[in-house]
Amino acid sequence: MVPLSHYLILGAVLFCIAVAGVFLNRKNVIVLLMAIELMLLAVNTNFVAFARYLGDTTGQVFVFFVLTVAAAEAAIGLAILVVLFRNRGSINVDDMDRMRG
Amino acid sequence: MALSFQEFLFYAFGAVLLAAALGVVTARNPVHAVLFLVLAFFTSAALWLLMEAEFLALTLVLVYVGAVMVLFLFVVMMLDIDLAALRAGFARHLPLGLLVAAVIVWEMVSVLGPARFGPQRMEPPPPHGAGYSNTKALGETLYTEHLYAFEIAALILLVAIVAAIALTLRRRPGVRRQDPARQVRVRRRERVRLVRLPPGGGDAAGEGG
Repeated sequence: MVPLSHYLILGAVLFCIAVAGVFLNRKNVIVLLMAIELMLLAVNTNFVAFARYLGDTTGQVFVFFVLTVAAAEAAIGLAILVVLFRNRGSINVDDMDRMRG
Repeated sequence: MALSFQEFLFYAFGAVLLAAALGVVTARNPVHAVLFLVLAFFTSAALWLLMEAEFLALTLVLVYVGAVMVLFLFVVMMLDIDLAALRAGFARHLPLGLLVAAVIVWEMVSVLGPARFGPQRMEPPPPHGAGYSNTKALGETLYTEHLYAFEIAALILLVAIVAAIALTLRRRPGVRRQDPARQVRVRRRERVRLVRLPPGGGDAAGEGG
């Protein structure tokens, strides 16, 4: 059997690749959204691993809810992206300074 | 050291998963990034199957690969993106990104390593028997203890549907469109006018106005 620590380390490395992706592609909103999906995937892998090794199904229920919220987030994020592209003609993050925040 | 079949599957799928994740963050073309992300989700589903989370693995394939990734592909292909401008800061941010990622990996591995979560600390549980149903176990927990959370999740999905439609709905001027409220409100006398025709031949009819 694979020990629990290997699953956790796999999730940690996956999460860090996603964090590096946020740093590397900070102009491209689509890749930023995809990096967030990767982070959620890493977190879900950890949840499933703990649910398996602790023998508790509640972890899998939490993964279920994380998947739900991530799907909603992706739908709304892409809708905002489409509206942004329609109004500005670009999805560069540097162009999103209209609110002067 | 001989690997058991499960261990071999874990390392093979783990390697593919990490390679696909690297492909997502470094791909030059966003369409390729989406396809790498599909590969990552598929491989994760296989890993979840190894951990006997069958329902969630199939849900990941159906919902994520089937719906969310296709949505991503639609949007990526629909938008006409200037790729060169979006890649401008890639090389400049590379050292910082690698440094931060390496530090986080080192921190997490030092906490999550075999010293605390290894096989001595947490025994791998015996596999479930042939009669075990992951879907049934999940449903029994989900519909009893977590019923309110389940209903809130349904509401979140509803709000997401309404928000996505409301955001992207566009009213263009100069386009004829139906107004269902006006169609429902209409009365008979606004649409139908009864005309009493004089009896007799058709020749003289309709003269009086």
